[in-house]
Order: sequence, then structure tokens, then C-alpha cells
Amino acid sequence: MANTYTLIASSTVGSGGASEIVFSSIANTYTDLKLVYSTRGSQAGFHTQGIRLTVNGTTSGYTTRTAGSDGLDPVSVTNPYGVTSASISTFGTNADSTANTFGNNEIYIPNYAGSNAKSISTDSVTENDAAAIYRTQMYLGAVLQTNTAAITSIRIAPETGEGNFVQYSTAYLYGISNS
Amino acid sequence: MPTKLIINCETGEQTEVELTAEEIAQREADAKAYEADKKAKDAELAAQAKVKADVLKRLGLTQDEAKALLS
Repeated sequence: MANTYTLIASSTVGSGGASEIVFSSIANTYTDLKLVYSTRGSQAGFHTQGIRLTVNGTTSGYTTRTAGSDGLDPVSVTNPYGVTSASISTFGTNADSTANTFGNNEIYIPNYAGSNAKSISTDSVTENDAAAIYRTQMYLGAVLQTNTAAITSIRIAPETGEGNFVQYSTAYLYGISNS
Repeated sequence: MPTKLIINCETGEQTEVELTAEEIAQREADAKAYEADKKAKDAELAAQAKVKADVLKRLGLTQDEAKALLS
């Protein structure tokens, strides 16, 4: 059986936290990419927080559609906050949520090495051990990135531009081959 | 000083480096964009909520009654 699912690289945030996580020098040898990450932000005053996805360092050309639930009502969002500087792709658990809980996210990028615009799908859920509304959320999202270059780097960072990913936040990048 | 984790996918090497001045400027721009967009969207939501509340008042309905009618 062909080895179609390969761990390219992984990372665990250390005790000092990290304001962003960057996978660089991604080879073009796979068909698709899948980024799986479990993160918690440190910024006080937030139970959940959007996470900016930036590819190839490009800060324009993103369009985002997100649908899900904020824990009370259905939510549909187009181009959430700050989308002009990068895409908001997924949501993470943050400082005001139950201690030691993390948001879980998957980003799938088909044909990342192709020469067309890139379509990206996202799946995220926040975690909070509390019944209060707005504190456990889930979203599915779609991102269009109009840059036609092959994706060689992926960056994730808190959308507010403040705070860090806390210790034990993890990120795993997989390469998916079609044969 | 904010730092970032860089994972080189060719070598597997993970390094923690301080953000450059340019990256810090981008982070600050992100924060400003977030705040500006949030204010605009919050204002839009507040305006929509006011319109809804005014309509309900004219109809003589509570929010729960309106929800029940629309469910």
C-alpha cells in the first residue's frame, strides 16, 4: 500500500509561549497538505479567539467564509475581523476558558503546489468545561487565497495580534499523496 | 520581545527566534485591523438589534414571543 499520509513536521510550544508558529521550506512533493493544531491563547478577556492563517507570507488576497455555532446560535461570517491583513481561518480556546483546555483545528489545502488560486477548508472547535454560552464553539470554514504560487510556508497566529500560543500548544503538518 | 517558532520542513529543525521589526509592525497592524473591524461589526450588530427591538415594540411582542412565532 502506498504511503499516502506522511508527517512532514511537528512542533510543541515551549514554556515561554510563541506569538506565531511557522512551517517553512515545505517541499512540493505531496498532493495536498493537512495542518492539525491544538492551541490555547494567552490574551486575557477572551474565551475563544480567531487564528490567522498566512501562506507564503502573503498578507492579501484572502476571502474567508465561516459557518458554525457560537455556543448559542448559528453563525455565518464572511471575512471576519482584520481579514485585510490575513485570513481568519479557525478558532482557538483562550485564556478565559477552563485551565488547560485547548482548541482543536484542522486545515486542509488541496493542490498546494499547483499554479492556481488555493482553496482551503477548515474545521475547528473550541473547548471549555463550562455551560455558559459563547464559550464552546465550532466552525467550518472555506478560504480562498488568490496567490498562484506553490505554498512553501504556513503561519498561524492569534487574530488579535496580541498574546501568545501557550506552552503545550501543538501543530502537526502532514503531506497527503494521491498515490 | 515576542518570539515565533519556525519549523524547517526540510531539516525538521525547530528554532525559536525573536520577531523582526517588520514582523512586529505587522502584528501591530493585525491588532489595529482587528480592533477597527470589531468596532465596525459591533456597531452594525447593535444597529440591527435596535431595528429588531423597535419592530418588536411596535408589534407589541417580546423577544421570546417572536422566537416562538418564527420557530
